[in-house]
Amino acid sequence: MSQKPGKVLILGSAALKIGEAGEFDYSGSQAIKALREEGIHTVLINPNIATIQTSDHLADQVYFLPVTAYFVEKVIAREKPDSIMLAFGGQTALNTGLELYKNGVLEKYNVRILGTAAEVILDTEDRDLFVKRLREIDVKVARSYVAESVAEALDMAGRIGYPVMVRIAFALGGLGSGICADEKALKEKAEKAFNHTPQILVEENLWGWKEIEYEVVRDRFNNCLTICNMENLDPMGIHTGESIVVAPSQTLDNQDYHLLREVAIKVIQHLGVVGECNIQYAYDPHSRDYRVIEVNARLSRSSALASKATGYPLAFVAAKLGLGYGLHQLRNSVTQSTSAFFEPALDYVVVKMPRWDLRKFRKVSYSIGSSMKSVGEVMAIGKTFEEAIQKAIRMLETGPLGFAGESFSFDDIPRALSIPTDIRLFAVAEALRRGMSVDEIHGHSFINRWFLYRLKGLIQLERELSALEKPPGKDFLLQLKRAGFSDKQIARIIGGKEAEVRDWREQHGLFPSIKQIDTLAAEYPAQTNYLYFSYHGQESDVDAFEEETVLILGSGSYRIGSSVEFDWCAVNTGRTLRKLGYKTIMLNYNPETVSTDYDEFDMLLFDEISTEAVVELFRQLKPSGVILSVGGQIPNNLAVPLKEAGIPILGTPPESIDRAENRRHFSHMLDSLGIDQPLWQELDNVDSAVKFARDTGYPVLVRPSYVLSGAAMAVAANEAELRTYLQKAVELSPDHPTVISKFYQNAKEIEYDAVARNGEIIIYAISEHVENAGVHSGDATLVLPPQRTYLETIRRIRRIGQKIAKNLKITGPMNIQFLAKNNQVKVIECNVRASRSFPFVSKIMRKNFIDLAARAIMHRDISSQVPTLFELDYVGVKAPQFSFTRLEGADPVLGVEMASTGEVGCLGEDFNEAFLKALLSVGYRLPIKSMLVSSGSIESKAELLESLHLFKKSGIQFFATEGTAKFMRANGFNVQTLHWPLEKKKPNCIDYIRDGMVDMVINIPKNFQQDELSNGYLIRRAAADYNVMLFTNRQLVQRLAEALSTKTMEDLKIESWESYR
Amino acid sequence: MNYYKNALLVLEDGSVFEGFSFGYESSTSGELVFNTGMVGYVEALTDPSYYGQLLISTYPQVGNYGVPAANSGMSGRYESARIQARAFILNSYSAQFDHWSSKRSLGDWLKDEKTVGLFGLDTRALTRHLRDKGAMLAKIIIDERDVPFYDPNKAFLLPEVSVEEKMIHGQGAKKIALLDCGCKRSIIANLLNDKTTVVQLPYNAPLEMDRYDGLVISSGPGDPGQYQSLLPGIIKALSSGKPVMGICLGHQLMARAVGAATYKLKFGHRGQNQPVRETSGNTCFVTSQNHGFAVQSDTLPPEWQSMYINLNDESNEGIIHKTEPYFSVQFHPEAAPGPHDTRFLFERFFKLLQI
Repeated sequence: MSQKPGKVLILGSAALKIGEAGEFDYSGSQAIKALREEGIHTVLINPNIATIQTSDHLADQVYFLPVTAYFVEKVIAREKPDSIMLAFGGQTALNTGLELYKNGVLEKYNVRILGTAAEVILDTEDRDLFVKRLREIDVKVARSYVAESVAEALDMAGRIGYPVMVRIAFALGGLGSGICADEKALKEKAEKAFNHTPQILVEENLWGWKEIEYEVVRDRFNNCLTICNMENLDPMGIHTGESIVVAPSQTLDNQDYHLLREVAIKVIQHLGVVGECNIQYAYDPHSRDYRVIEVNARLSRSSALASKATGYPLAFVAAKLGLGYGLHQLRNSVTQSTSAFFEPALDYVVVKMPRWDLRKFRKVSYSIGSSMKSVGEVMAIGKTFEEAIQKAIRMLETGPLGFAGESFSFDDIPRALSIPTDIRLFAVAEALRRGMSVDEIHGHSFINRWFLYRLKGLIQLERELSALEKPPGKDFLLQLKRAGFSDKQIARIIGGKEAEVRDWREQHGLFPSIKQIDTLAAEYPAQTNYLYFSYHGQESDVDAFEEETVLILGSGSYRIGSSVEFDWCAVNTGRTLRKLGYKTIMLNYNPETVSTDYDEFDMLLFDEISTEAVVELFRQLKPSGVILSVGGQIPNNLAVPLKEAGIPILGTPPESIDRAENRRHFSHMLDSLGIDQPLWQELDNVDSAVKFARDTGYPVLVRPSYVLSGAAMAVAANEAELRTYLQKAVELSPDHPTVISKFYQNAKEIEYDAVARNGEIIIYAISEHVENAGVHSGDATLVLPPQRTYLETIRRIRRIGQKIAKNLKITGPMNIQFLAKNNQVKVIECNVRASRSFPFVSKIMRKNFIDLAARAIMHRDISSQVPTLFELDYVGVKAPQFSFTRLEGADPVLGVEMASTGEVGCLGEDFNEAFLKALLSVGYRLPIKSMLVSSGSIESKAELLESLHLFKKSGIQFFATEGTAKFMRANGFNVQTLHWPLEKKKPNCIDYIRDGMVDMVINIPKNFQQDELSNGYLIRRAAADYNVMLFTNRQLVQRLAEALSTKTMEDLKIESWESYR
Repeated sequence: MNYYKNALLVLEDGSVFEGFSFGYESSTSGELVFNTGMVGYVEALTDPSYYGQLLISTYPQVGNYGVPAANSGMSGRYESARIQARAFILNSYSAQFDHWSSKRSLGDWLKDEKTVGLFGLDTRALTRHLRDKGAMLAKIIIDERDVPFYDPNKAFLLPEVSVEEKMIHGQGAKKIALLDCGCKRSIIANLLNDKTTVVQLPYNAPLEMDRYDGLVISSGPGDPGQYQSLLPGIIKALSSGKPVMGICLGHQLMARAVGAATYKLKFGHRGQNQPVRETSGNTCFVTSQNHGFAVQSDTLPPEWQSMYINLNDESNEGIIHKTEPYFSVQFHPEAAPGPHDTRFLFERFFKLLQI
């Protein structure tokens, strides 16, 4: 082994965003574990406070600071690490590391890059170099040219011939990549791209080719392995993050498989990668011709997926290889007896599906393509493709219960097949249902016929089932279960009840087997319990534990509103329970998580989080109870159905969960406790709602029950809007009541997180929002401890929290949201589960709320001292990360429905310091030299005035739209007027934003929601498209102005988490 | 929908598994073995090493890419002229397929070749059973027609899998004798180039080394202990000073010829992911394997040494003579099915032949 490092710096990937999500918490955590095992000191920079990697049991030092060259250099100067790892924090870490390499910082401080060398990474990241390097070994690369200007791009496209594929180097998740049919489309795309990158690629179009990926590892002895190959069900043209991916490949024969494997190894050896890399191919469906599309010389979303799909811990192994180990010197951590130098043999099929939240956004395009829009993913395991894909569809939790039995209406099926959208799979179902042939569907979609044949089989089963006049017999029921039909799905097709189908199964003795993932297809016994359900088995691979066992439900797929924070909660619950001596089982299906690491729990059942799965799990593994309050809304929603199925629920009783979730019950409860709440009424009919609104006055808030992240929640400013939103709410949550309430403007919003035992509060945290009420709490900037909240308000909140906890008999985590105005406190929502802010408050207060919650749930003593808010002599700020740039067309404005994809949490001596660090962590940049101001109403102009004066002092150059400019001039500002986008006159806002002439845009929308194509929308969208900082909230602008008037970059202290104690 | 007949898989130890027949509908028997490869059923089923065996695929959904037209030449996906295994046992069978090169379904091919196909079984349970109890005999009963157990390891199988007459491939200057013990076509394909002629010899042909520049002893089925009659010829060849390469069964025969022992592995190595390491050094390869017997390294005579070992169970994977140009490997450098990592061994052999 080469000399072992003493101190290693690891870069995280910062906030979760589209294209860079939880997978990097998983890979970073694995890397830290691998280094710790070696006794190496680890330093982590990652502002993502909700991650597991930033827990105190992993890295020796954690810095909640932006992952940018500036801050990383400061940390290097302070910590003096001898080595750095760049491969575990996605593109963010890689780009930052390369910048430090190129500008000589690493050399200056004598920091060695572990694993793949910087030159090698540059070879893979710079498309031109990459093509050159691969041609040296006669590996075919997609015909492509680098363009550094729009004119160049057009010229190259001319040479290749339209349509061409445009790709962007140095971008996460293929930002802005896509197919351009003609010159006009190319021109538009290229202009946008050059705002983010100095070069783009114009490539030959391989639309319709198969898309195949291999995950490859190499050690310093040149030993190579391909850990897994994966085939996209969606052929070339759709980003792999947007594709349905199947592992291993299903339609490649031996020659195909090993041809591509051999090329992969040849490439990784030639490039000289040490560690892990991913290679993507386009593969001709009519010959053995291929093109290499891309090589990622770092851990990626695909490598996380491959790790989960195979049980081979890629990130852990990659970290060890970076230290100089050979693959043969490492053990297979699943079998413990065999070597890590081997290629996993799967005896199951894995299907990954992306989870989109496109329908949450107004104006967004639903089409999917070569840039990434999905916010999370699910992975399903089965013995057949059918079993796995039907599970995967259910796991998405977007409504459908499988491929069969779901009716989506399509006006134009061929179009729905040929232009991919988030629901194309259901267009395939509908086409099959209407009798379209497999060949014809293939002709429209290019999806390999094998997949279509299998899907056709599901539609045939659906037909047989719906034609039945009596309950299905044993053989047919088994056939359905083997094809992945859930009880609920069968019930829906025949118009029955889930419990009824379960009864039939029980009568026939049809239960799933629990099968093990062991990396070697049963050739050697596995020491780990990585498990899934299948109806293709006659026996289970594992038995229930002798010891008392607790089941913990995970969070499911990441989505807007439910993300890595719940993974942190679930993992921490497991850690505490194991410490307390329980055996733990995790049920989850999200491949981007740490909770689905097979060594975090005593058993990992990688399967659906549903009543059916939990009931079957209890039947075989016999846990004593289930904890469903630490995985977010999905497990929480199972409270009532699980109770009805006779499953023992640990913690707060399910009746209480229902009382908190059910808007009507909850509002009644508050009334009976004399706790103030916004005026409310349950929706009986539309007319009574309209009357309520008229009586209390608009705006009013429409709120369905049992929803996450404010789905279908909306503020109605007038009667027309109210009618529309009511309709939507009823559609979304038909089984649960919808409530409308008075919407209060200019009130503060306050977050109360707590843990209770038998109704007594054990610990609580109170955080205030920077933004006034009306911005969803997940999109709000949180401050802890509160800086601007009256003591009396805090007292009242504490009292109400205690009252509610007592009344709901809460045992475990809880969260309440309050409105506060002049010491008037109103409750707006209560969640009887861990909330999004649990990791934030736990890490800022240095007390693990989840650990306490787990102990409370298990009725253990909580003896340790609990800190109070008033003891903190520093401030934590949590800020949201938005991914609007990727969501083509979406209106980047904040509202009552959540839109952010991630968050960061930073610490400072005061609010201003923590706030600036947090903003810099989510992509804001300093210094700000120029800004465009465009503010709606006269009130909002007046309210902005104070901020603008502060900005003026720091010498900022102002641009403004007409009315705002007039107003500013009248108030003594020197400001240049820019024309509105729709005016089409120069100088125009859009040009200035596009050409980078403004650093920042302030645009305060007039209404809460508006759907027309307005000037304001165009300005906001241009800011998102051209990556210009955008502020749409007045309070946020005010706090920024204040912060910038007191602090500069140099004032932001480089302190580790540990030093804030 | 196709109608599939019920069929029973009955193991020597009395265990019974139920499934459906999707191939030739006739009872059969043989040695039950499992293969962990995820692709390559055409190559595997036509590999003579599977002669007399009932082959389980641990990969659960099979038949997806169909079956290509037969190839008569040495390159192509059929490793011999016919299916050699007696049955193919699956979890789930894809009757419909999609691959540009394919002409018929797996089930049709099995029917055409009078080979039994079975699906609908818990192949993982079956594999675990074999892993725990060891490879065993089994029979498949269709239409309630019983058949006796059949043990291919107790039989002299070479006449079933070797060529009857000498066959000459290529017309290069270097003449390589290939002792056909159940040779795969890819071995020949890998030996053929414009400088070589491959003379494929029946297993019982005399090895007249003065007429050849080198010798390759092929892979094949069964227990090497059954083939004592081949050893004198091999011993003679190993004193010729001319390059000799052994593959799989050929490796075991070479080892036995020089006095080393072979033994039966509990359940064999069959798959495409078997890790081997050069005995001296840090270089490792992923190999394709298909064998139930192995060479006992510590019985090698002093002038021979172990060349490769298996990283999982440390069994012998290759031997090499310390001074003479003889070596043999347990795995399949010709792959098919499997990874191509060790194809360089043919190059090494060519070097010994001074090509």
